[in-house]
Amino acid sequence: MATVAATFDARSDTASKFEANPATRDSAWVKYLVIGVGLTYFTIFLLLPLIAVFVEAFRKGAGTYFAALVEPDALSAIRLTILAAAISVPLNLVFGVSAAWAIAKFQFPGKNFLITLIDLPFSVSPVVAGLIYVLVFGLQGWFGPWLNEHDIKVIFAVPGIVLATIFVTFPFIARELIPLMQAQGRDEEEAAISLGASGLQTFWRVTIPNVKWALLYGVILCNARAMGEFGAVSVVSGHIRGETNTMPLHVEILYNEYQFAAAFAVASLLALLALVTLVLKTYVEWRSHRPVAGEQVS
Amino acid sequence: MFGVNKRVLPGFGLSLGFTLVYLSLIVLIPLSAVFLKTSTMSWDELVSAVAAPRVVASYKLTFGASFLAAAINAVFGLLLAWGLTRYTFPGRKIVDALIDLPFALPTAVAGIALTAIYAKNGWIGALLEPLGIKIAFGPPGVLVALTFIGLPFVVRTVQPVLEDLETEYEEAAASLGATRWQAFQRVVFPTLFPALLTGFALAFARAVGEYGSVIFIAGNIPMVSEITPLIIITKLEQFDYKGATAVASVMLVISFLLLLVINGLQAWTARRTGRAI
Repeated sequence: MATVAATFDARSDTASKFEANPATRDSAWVKYLVIGVGLTYFTIFLLLPLIAVFVEAFRKGAGTYFAALVEPDALSAIRLTILAAAISVPLNLVFGVSAAWAIAKFQFPGKNFLITLIDLPFSVSPVVAGLIYVLVFGLQGWFGPWLNEHDIKVIFAVPGIVLATIFVTFPFIARELIPLMQAQGRDEEEAAISLGASGLQTFWRVTIPNVKWALLYGVILCNARAMGEFGAVSVVSGHIRGETNTMPLHVEILYNEYQFAAAFAVASLLALLALVTLVLKTYVEWRSHRPVAGEQVS
Repeated sequence: MFGVNKRVLPGFGLSLGFTLVYLSLIVLIPLSAVFLKTSTMSWDELVSAVAAPRVVASYKLTFGASFLAAAINAVFGLLLAWGLTRYTFPGRKIVDALIDLPFALPTAVAGIALTAIYAKNGWIGALLEPLGIKIAFGPPGVLVALTFIGLPFVVRTVQPVLEDLETEYEEAAASLGATRWQAFQRVVFPTLFPALLTGFALAFARAVGEYGSVIFIAGNIPMVSEITPLIIITKLEQFDYKGATAVASVMLVISFLLLLVINGLQAWTARRTGRAI
């Protein structure tokens, strides 16, 4: 993930300022060379894969495309993906707000270390993220025998998928909120309290309105990753069709069975989700930088 | 407890307590399982698991391809960031928004899409086939996938620094007779450099752990195009939990070291550019 500074930076229109100034204006051939090479790279590595998803999805016609989406295993994969996101996003939202409140509004030793620990899941390979839950809840793991006795399945079942999803999306919301709330300080909350507001009133009427765009931004990114996670979920899923398959895993199974058009059809839904995510993200960035009272981020 | 600051705001105990419990349950305790499990292995077991030729070949591929992909992204990412901040051209806003696609697109989707393009009957694969260049189902495929997923990092770390750069420095350089290239080389680039290195390190760290986008295009030939995360999966599928965990602990240690390096680089960027990270 890009750093918070990068994602929340004002993308104000600075380009025309640089082009208007003779000291920062590059010659035309430099400009077109840089844009040409940059856009070629962008097209080869980014744009073509995106287009390919939709072209491949419709290669055998719209009939095959929609048939692949309404097939029972596909529908069950879609349901499971939504379920995993619907559990992991709210949990990580509560965590993110809680962590940001503690870190931004109070002083305590070890704060920077805590922030580093919160970022930890981003630096762990998704495969390792899945493995750790196998070691804890799998048959060979710490709680495996006990869970087996009580007939509770975590690994190769839905709870494992949810846990792995929570892990990989763990830092998203916290890392958007922490720097913003740290920058805002606690003056406004202290003013509210001294004017007689209760703690909860202060939180809902002062803190949350101040961070709503960052919150939304974190939720959007968190949701995209939750629905798209592959490696971590793949380790704990067991790939049981119609039961423990999420959409990305369903794509893999169809692909490995050489049902390419069907695989790309399901993949196209995920690609659409990615595009919607980018549109929302751009909108939130644009909104959060409009100088509306109390909403300016940077 | 720390009695220095009088707390006006409520909820410190509750919020910090919940944070620590949730962090421990979801992240710290499960992660510690890797090291605890590894510590039950004998030295010989450990060495034979993490230093087997097939595993060592996977380290070389994973780290080599990740380094190369991050380097490619450093060059072209800088170019893209420069183009997006310094020049106006039609479609700029759309290109800028799409740069984040690798963050938003599920890795499995990226994997099959890249395979479709770079396979020998694909749009780009078919162009390279007559030249004798084979991308998909070999090490070059791994490089392509890792380049894709690392693309946004350098752009998004360099871009804000470029946007914030005051024009005065370049004006001073120009008034002292510097050419544009000299101004870039001596004035702009040194300011950008920490951010560029941070972006490189972020792209590298992400690539090292990547799984989903690589396995479709790599061909996964042992000793040739098998990445380390796949080794872990393969060992798990053979119920070799100890072997999988040992390799995972190697990867975890490397991830932690990279995290430290990245934190250091971000602090350096912040000092150099005077902005908070």
